[in-house]
Amino acid sequence: MKLSENWLREWVNPNLTTADLVEQITMAGLEVDAVEAVAGEFTGVVVGEILEAEQHPDADKLRVCKVAGNGDEICQVVCGAPNARPGIKIPFAVVGAALPPGEDGKPFKIKKAKLRGVESFGMLCAQTELQLGEDSAGIWELAEDAPVGADLREYLNLNDQCIEVDLTPNRSDCLSVKGIARDVAVLNRLDLREPKITPVAPVIEDVLKVSLNAAEACSRYVGRVIRGVDVSQKSPLWMQEKLRRAGIRSIDAVVDVTNYVLLELGQPMHAFDLNTLSGGIQARMADSGEKLTLLDGQEITLKDGTLVIADDDKAVAMAGIMGGEATAVTSATQDIFLESAFFAPIAIAGRARNYGLHTDSSHRFERGVDYKLQTTAIERATQLLLDVVGGQPGPVIEVENEHAPKDREVTLRRERILSGLGFRMADEEVVDILTRLGLEMSVKAESGWRFKVPSYRFDIAIEEDLLEELARIYGYNRLPTKSISADLAIPMQNEASIGIDAVRSQLVARGYEEAIAYSFVEPKLLKLFDPEAQPVELQNPISADMAVMRTTLWPGLVNALKYNLNRQQDRVRLFETGQRFLPGASIAELKQEPMLAGLIYGPRFDESWTEKQESVDFYDIKGDLESVLALLADDASFSFAAAKHPALHPGQSAAVLRNGEAVGLVGALHPQLQKELGLSQSTFVFEITLASLAEARLPSFQPLSKFPEVRRDIAVIVDQDKAVRDLENTIKAGAGDYLTELKVFDVYVGKGIDPHRKSVALGLTFQHPSRTLNEDEINASMDVVVRSLEDTFNASLR
Amino acid sequence: MENLAALTDEALKLVADAQDLAALDHVRVEYLGKKGQITALLKSLGKLSAEERPAAGAKINEAKQVVQEQLVVRKGAMEQAAIDAKLAEETIDVTLPGRGQSNGGLHPVTRTLKRIEKIFASVGYAVEVGPEIEDDYHNFEALNIPGHHPARAMHDTFYVNSEQVKSDGTAASDAKYVLRTHTSPVQVRTMENQEPPIRIICPGRVYRCDSDLTHTPMFHQVEGLVVDKNISFADLKGTVDQFLKAFFEADVPVRFRPSYFPFTEPSAEVDIQCTNCGGEGCRVCSHTGWLEIMGCGMVHPNVFKASGVDTETYTGFAFGMGVERLAMLRYGVNDLRMFFENDLKFLKQF
Repeated sequence: MKLSENWLREWVNPNLTTADLVEQITMAGLEVDAVEAVAGEFTGVVVGEILEAEQHPDADKLRVCKVAGNGDEICQVVCGAPNARPGIKIPFAVVGAALPPGEDGKPFKIKKAKLRGVESFGMLCAQTELQLGEDSAGIWELAEDAPVGADLREYLNLNDQCIEVDLTPNRSDCLSVKGIARDVAVLNRLDLREPKITPVAPVIEDVLKVSLNAAEACSRYVGRVIRGVDVSQKSPLWMQEKLRRAGIRSIDAVVDVTNYVLLELGQPMHAFDLNTLSGGIQARMADSGEKLTLLDGQEITLKDGTLVIADDDKAVAMAGIMGGEATAVTSATQDIFLESAFFAPIAIAGRARNYGLHTDSSHRFERGVDYKLQTTAIERATQLLLDVVGGQPGPVIEVENEHAPKDREVTLRRERILSGLGFRMADEEVVDILTRLGLEMSVKAESGWRFKVPSYRFDIAIEEDLLEELARIYGYNRLPTKSISADLAIPMQNEASIGIDAVRSQLVARGYEEAIAYSFVEPKLLKLFDPEAQPVELQNPISADMAVMRTTLWPGLVNALKYNLNRQQDRVRLFETGQRFLPGASIAELKQEPMLAGLIYGPRFDESWTEKQESVDFYDIKGDLESVLALLADDASFSFAAAKHPALHPGQSAAVLRNGEAVGLVGALHPQLQKELGLSQSTFVFEITLASLAEARLPSFQPLSKFPEVRRDIAVIVDQDKAVRDLENTIKAGAGDYLTELKVFDVYVGKGIDPHRKSVALGLTFQHPSRTLNEDEINASMDVVVRSLEDTFNASLR
Repeated sequence: MENLAALTDEALKLVADAQDLAALDHVRVEYLGKKGQITALLKSLGKLSAEERPAAGAKINEAKQVVQEQLVVRKGAMEQAAIDAKLAEETIDVTLPGRGQSNGGLHPVTRTLKRIEKIFASVGYAVEVGPEIEDDYHNFEALNIPGHHPARAMHDTFYVNSEQVKSDGTAASDAKYVLRTHTSPVQVRTMENQEPPIRIICPGRVYRCDSDLTHTPMFHQVEGLVVDKNISFADLKGTVDQFLKAFFEADVPVRFRPSYFPFTEPSAEVDIQCTNCGGEGCRVCSHTGWLEIMGCGMVHPNVFKASGVDTETYTGFAFGMGVERLAMLRYGVNDLRMFFENDLKFLKQF
């Protein structure tokens, strides 16, 4: 809502500067977004009149004018505007005037000048030169009755600001000058100075039959016929200026008046050309498929549930949203039918948006228009119209059905003020604030009051709403402030839960930067990583590359990788935590799973004098992942098994299992995918469910053995496709109870060994808890181990 | 005997001149060894009378001791020199950087979230999370935002295609799903499942269909909820005020402006004095001296009713803030979009 400060001050004029007024209403919940002067800063501009205008002897486009207005003097002014002609009144900047500053910030001073040899004493101004309008086509033609010689600022009331209030959707009552003035009056404990609106007596008998056929949707309809209007009359300058300062362009007198009443009182109105209407008026729901061409020229096929105003034949307006083109007032209009109706918010809400429309009218109706305002508004509009376009008004037609909103009452308990706001407000202050806001006390009881809610306050329905009104007017910042008191019960603490912070810290310590990528990704990119997925799609994505919900975090990390590679980074280590969205058979079965994912690329270490610049490989990322798993102190529960995944290298990818259940993947991106992504080097990724990282194993003490350890190393040769993990498991099974540690310390492939085989060197450590193990026992265990390796893996000792 | 002094001097000179341990040892053997020259003098004691012998023996032993001491000193010095030489040889440039993996870092949003969580956890708030694809009921209806409520226009909502076909070929229910526009649905879910008193914060990703210089289609929020007996607007003001001062580690002025959220009544918008200009007015605060920092209010009875909380017994407040906004103010980040570009040069700064 944008309005002129001066207009507001006509209604209520507190002794406050503009800045203080703006601060006051902002702090009362009517947030002021902007305050702009209605005109640029200038002085020395008067209403001038061109008396003569002759061609400049040496310049085609210039005219030499004789201009009245600077005292009694007639000044010669050279002017380049095409519309400079005798008889018009124009803004005249006299010698010594200062026009609004240009780019350099300095005012533009008007001096005596010579243009192509002709002396010029001043300047005739366009709207843009005074920064009070958009028209720069020529000099600004003022009204014919503008008083020559008057200061332009005073004449046009330019010492004024446009105040733009960003209203919250509940405050429909403030979508008018009257509404904002009402709050300002309450805040300053002043009375409202309302313009006198007196009923205009009908001079003709003409009425239209109005029927309300849409139940609650339209419960009140007020109309009036006015015949013989002269639509060629322009609306007065003061009205045009008030509209302009509220951000509304002047169209013609009839539209201007309806807009004026909309701004002044908050009642959206519409004027029909009476002679285009056939028969009576009715408010009804649109018929399916019914068509209507709107004022803006577009033809709409009306949807079910759209409230329309129709005559006997056809829909003539989308009720409360926009009128139809065929029945609009035109320059040929002689008789009009004015509409001032109440449409229920529920009937209008969302409808305009359904058609891609948003109008001043729909904005108000969907938030709630004062349901008792219609008659006053039509009287106000009649009065203003007759002043401008003349005509003979008929009687006011008022139709109302039983669905008209009923007055509401709200109870306010004194104790509730204390418990809600934290302090006792004096009874007199409570009643004073609410009464000034337009509520009427209907009951006063021991415990509190009942108040009748005014017809313009759609936002007041319950006790809490009254608390807000009291708090708002009293001042939020004057209300008490305190700390919460609560019982300090000590909650359970799950020690086994390691929390995501520890996981993050671990990766940070391993050189990973944390990334955050959008949860929606490009469908094509996702397909590369998860070809089978039917990802959840957005109905209204921001763009095609953010159209589906990710089923893996890898695309986001790869995007981040590419972003950085394009910016001269050659070593990238990133991780992200966030949800992936795995669709189920239906949306209700969708799985939203928190994940941890990582990516490494480029050299193993930052470029350093200590290290050769070697590229990362599978065991780097696996090591990083293992270091995270190690946080859980539960190595035995985790295992890695070779796995296939369409996005991963078939020979360099593993499933991560916890207690046998697959919880993640780690591997190299498939070389083909790597190529498609334009990545020149191998890229390694992992992804694991955060759920699998949630529970750690709590420490459980094992007694220490005081007896010596014995270590035996063996090297076995097995086929290359045998997994070391399987060898280890076999060894553990065969080595007996006293094997305390098993380490792989070498894996060798190459010279001296069958090319299909590899040598694996393992160290076995034995220890007995309560005595020294003897040679024979250890030899026996080793024999079992070797035999079982031979049997199971066709292993041979090296 | 007469040459004892000469022998001693000779030995001491050789000790002093010895260049290595071998030379030193040679001196020892030559003079003090079994067949050494000074040792030999002891053998000549027999030629002396019984009266002269003790004194002469003492002299010789004295000389032996002098030479022995010098040998030890000289040997010590040589060993020390050898150690010094070895140490000198082993000296490295300690200013060179150390070996190993460099550190990464947390995303500034995470850093900020952790900070917020820590502040609230320190007074007993629990952290609750919830789904990001949320049903219409929890994101809107249960929060007192019915179907055509104008407030829905305040949330540029991403809708999810929910007409996915079930395996039997029939269309799934046409229940509407959205990307949550705030973390408030987590509050609703918590109230559905827990009895008051409730003191929680709900951090997480939220989504709005909006993208320009100052909006990204995804961002992070932390919302808080307190439900208990006797919770008033004064408690809300105190909590918000204390939190902001704690977060910014400064006695930053805070003000409350009446506002509107369908799920709270009364509702307030919270401003802090501009952290950039201290209230003078600058570009960051659009020359108002204040920065809008969060929204809050007393939980609307309709929200309580929808979640099964008894409105006559309990009251509560809720607040919500944008994490990126706080991070921008705290760390001086001047472009929101940087948070999701994941530029290493940006990330490494946190």
